[in-house]
Amino acid sequence: MSPAFLLLLAFGLGLAGWLAARARAFGFRRAQPDLRLLALPAYHGWYVALWIVIPAAMFILLWSVIAPQLVMQSVLAGPEAAALPAFGFQREAILAEARAVALGNAGAVFNPAARELVEPFRVAIGRMNMAGAAVTIAIAILTGTWAFLRLKPDFRARNRVERGVMVMLLLASLVAILTTLGIFVSLVFETVRFFGMVDPLSFLFGTTWSPDPMSSTEAVDTSRYGAIPLFWGTIYIGAIIAMIVAIPLGLMSAIYLTQYASPAWRKWLKPALEILAGIPTVVYGYFAALTVAPEIRDIALSIGITNASSESALAAGLVMGVMIIPFVSSMADDSIAAVPQAMRDGSLAMGATTSETIRRVLVPAALPGIVAGVMLAISRAIGETMIVVMAAGYAANLSANPLETMTTVTVQIVAMLTGEASFDHPATLSAFALGFVLFLVTLGLNIVALRVVKRFREAYE
Amino acid sequence: MNAVLPTRTAAFEARLKKRYAAERRFKALGLGAILFSVAVLALLLGSMMLNGIGGFKRAELTVTIDFGASGIVVDPSVLAQANAVQTLEALELPDIVALAARNSLGEDGAAQLNSQAWREAAQAIVADPTNLSREVTLDLAATEDLARALDGEGPPELVSLAERLASAGKLEENFDTGFLGRSDATDAQLVGIWGALKGSMLTMLITLACAFPVGVLAALYLEEYAPKNRWTDMIEVSINNLAAVPSIIFGLLGLAVFLTIFPSWRSAPLIGGLTLALMTMPVIVIAGRNAIKAVPPSIRDGALAIGASPVQVVFHHVLPLALPGILTGTIIGMARALGETAPLLMIGMRAFVATPPDNLTSPATVLPVQIFLWSDEIDRGFVERTSAAIIVLLLFLLVMNGLAIYLRNRFEKSW
Repeated sequence: MSPAFLLLLAFGLGLAGWLAARARAFGFRRAQPDLRLLALPAYHGWYVALWIVIPAAMFILLWSVIAPQLVMQSVLAGPEAAALPAFGFQREAILAEARAVALGNAGAVFNPAARELVEPFRVAIGRMNMAGAAVTIAIAILTGTWAFLRLKPDFRARNRVERGVMVMLLLASLVAILTTLGIFVSLVFETVRFFGMVDPLSFLFGTTWSPDPMSSTEAVDTSRYGAIPLFWGTIYIGAIIAMIVAIPLGLMSAIYLTQYASPAWRKWLKPALEILAGIPTVVYGYFAALTVAPEIRDIALSIGITNASSESALAAGLVMGVMIIPFVSSMADDSIAAVPQAMRDGSLAMGATTSETIRRVLVPAALPGIVAGVMLAISRAIGETMIVVMAAGYAANLSANPLETMTTVTVQIVAMLTGEASFDHPATLSAFALGFVLFLVTLGLNIVALRVVKRFREAYE
Repeated sequence: MNAVLPTRTAAFEARLKKRYAAERRFKALGLGAILFSVAVLALLLGSMMLNGIGGFKRAELTVTIDFGASGIVVDPSVLAQANAVQTLEALELPDIVALAARNSLGEDGAAQLNSQAWREAAQAIVADPTNLSREVTLDLAATEDLARALDGEGPPELVSLAERLASAGKLEENFDTGFLGRSDATDAQLVGIWGALKGSMLTMLITLACAFPVGVLAALYLEEYAPKNRWTDMIEVSINNLAAVPSIIFGLLGLAVFLTIFPSWRSAPLIGGLTLALMTMPVIVIAGRNAIKAVPPSIRDGALAIGASPVQVVFHHVLPLALPGILTGTIIGMARALGETAPLLMIGMRAFVATPPDNLTSPATVLPVQIFLWSDEIDRGFVERTSAAIIVLLLFLLVMNGLAIYLRNRFEKSW
C-alpha cells in the first residue's frame, strides 16, 4: 500500500467524518428547533474532517520516510541476510534488486544472492503496509471521535475551522522561508566540508581548474581546484558577450515598441519577443551548438583563424544574449513608462525631436531602472546552465579569445555532479562551493537591483 | 531695439536636416533591433522545423512475411500477456523475420534490416493475432546506415543498394507512427519520446499538486491577512529572491535534501516534481498576489458588511474573482517548469531510461532532458530526432501559453 493509497484512505475517512458531523449538527437542529446553532452544520463537518485528515496525513508523511528503513532493518535482522557481503557496493546492489522485485518494479532476479532475499522483503513490506494502514485508521478514528464528541449546539465550529485555515495559510507562506533556508544551509554545509579539504584561498584565487574525480580523497591536490578560470568564463560569457548583444538590442527594442511602433505593429512584435522569452533554454542550447557554433567556426576559418574550435564562448554568449533580449526589453519598457509624461511633453514642446527627447530626457531619467534591469539580466545570464553546457564546453581556459572553448560555474556544477566521483569526493563537493558562490552573487545582484528600482520608483511618485 | 533675426537661416536649415536624419537613423535602429530578434526567432524555429520534419519520419523496409507458413502457433490468450514479445522471441520469430527479409529484399537488403525490427513484427502480431494465419506485409525499421544511405550519405555500395531498394518500392521514408509511442533507445531508428513525455507529465503533476495550493495559500496570506512586521518582510524578501535564484541552485537543493532523505528515488518524477515545485511556487505567489490585489476593496467591504467572517470574505468572494489571474500565472509557471532541464540533471534524471515510468517513484526522464541527452549523440539520425522532440516540446508550451492567454482574455475583468 503506497502513501498515495493511505492518503486516499485518510481522505475517505475524512469525508465520512464530514458527513457524520454535519448530520449530527442537523440532528441538533431537529431536536431543538428553537435553538440556534452557533455555526452552520457544514462547519461542524469541516471541523471533524480536518481533525481526521490532518493528523493522519502527518503520520503518512512520516511513515513514508521511516517505513522503508524499518523494512530494511527487519530484513537485515533475518537469517537470509547473514550470507550478504559485509559492506560496499555489492551489498547495496543485492538489497536494491531484491527490494525492487518484491515491490514488483522489476520482473526477475539476476543476482542469485538476491533471490533468497525477495521473500523476506515481501513479507516485511507486507507487514509494514498492514501496520501503516492500521495505524492510519486508528489515528483517524481516534482524533475523529474526539472531535466528534466535542460537537454541541453551542460549539463554535466555524471559529475553530477558521483558526485552522489561518494556520494553514501561515504555514504555506513559511514554505518560502524554509526553501531559502534549505538552500542556504545545504549549500553552506557542503561548502564547509569542501573547504575542509581544499583551502578557500586557493579555491577563490587559484588559476588552474582540473579536478580529478578518480583521485584519492586522502591526499587532495589543492592546486587543481582554482576557480578563477570558471569565474572568468562566467563573467566573459554571461556579463560581457551576452550583454554586448542584449543591452543595445533590448533597449532599442523597448524604445521602438513604446515610442515609435504603431499599435498594429506592436500587436505583432511584442508577442514575438514574448515567444523568444518562453523558449526553453535547452532549445537555445541546441540551437547554439547545432547552428550558431559551426557557423562561427566556419567564418573564423574563412578569415584565417585556424585554431577556432566548434565549441566557443562566442556562440554561447551570442545565443545567451538573444535569450536575454526580451528580459532587458521588458525591464527598460517598465522604467521608460515610469518617467512622468510631463518631462517628455516639456522636451517636445521645446522643439526637440522624438529621438532627442528619448536620448536626452527619457533614457537619462529612466537610467536607474535600466541599470537595475541590466543587473537582473546579468544575474540571470550567469546562472544560466543549458546554453553553456551545450555550447561553451568543459575545458577551463583563462583566455580573452572569444573563439576558444570556455567553461562556466554552472557547467562545472553539472560536470562535477553528473560525473563518476563519489558523493564525499572534493570534486563533487566543489559543485556545492561553486553553487554557493553563484547563489551569493545572484542574490547580491538581485537585492541591489530591487533596491535601485524601489528608490527610482519613489523618486517619481 | 534689436532687429528680429530671420530664424530659418541656411545654418538652421542644415542643422534641422541633420537632426531629422538623426531621427530617422534612430528610428531605423530601433526597428532593426526588434527585427533582429524576430529574425533570430524565425531562424531558430525554421532550423528546428527543417530538421524536425525528418525526425518524424524514418526509413522503413517493406517485408512480406507469411506467418501462416512459418509454423508459429500461439494461443491468443498467451499473446494478451505482458511478456508476449518474449514468448514470440522464444518461438524464433527473429529468425522467421530474417528469412522473410531475405526472400523479400535479397541477401544484402536483409542485412540492412534493423536488428530489432522483429519486435515491430511481434507487436503487429500482438495487436492482431489473426495476422499469424496469413501473409502480412509490414514496414520494418531499416538500419541507421541504410537510412543515411537513402539520404545519399555513406559508402557508395550502400547508397546504390538504397537506390535499388527505393526504386523497387521496398525502401521508403515513412511517417514514423511509433515515434510518439516508443521510449529511449540506443538506435536513432528505434527511439521514441513517449517515455520522456510520460515522465514530464508525472513530474508536472507533482509540481502542480505541490506548488499550486501552497502558492495560492501563501499569496492569500500575504495579500489579505499578513500583519506588517519583520516576519512578513522576511517572507516577502525570500519569495522575491527565490523567483530570481538560478534554477540549477534548486537542483543542488533537491540533491542535498530530497535525495538524502529518499536515496532510492533517484531520478524519480516525485523528486523532480518536488524540486520544480519549489522553483514554481514563487512564480505562482507573485502572480497570485497581483491577481488578488486587482480585486477591488468594495467587494471585501460589501461581504464584511453583511456579516461574512474574514475567512469567508476571502474564500467565498476574493479567491473566486482572483482565480483566473492566478490560473494564468500558474500556467505560465508550469510552462517554465516544463522546459526546465538543469535542476533535473542534478537529481539524476540523466540516466538512460528505456521504459516509460510506471509510477511516481520509478526512474524516469523528461522531455527537455531527453532533448539534452539526444543532442549529445554523435549519430546523424539523432539530430533529426532531437529537433522532432523539440518541436513536440514547443507545441506543448504553445498550447499552455495559448491557454493562459485565452484565460486572461476570457475572464479578465476590469473593475
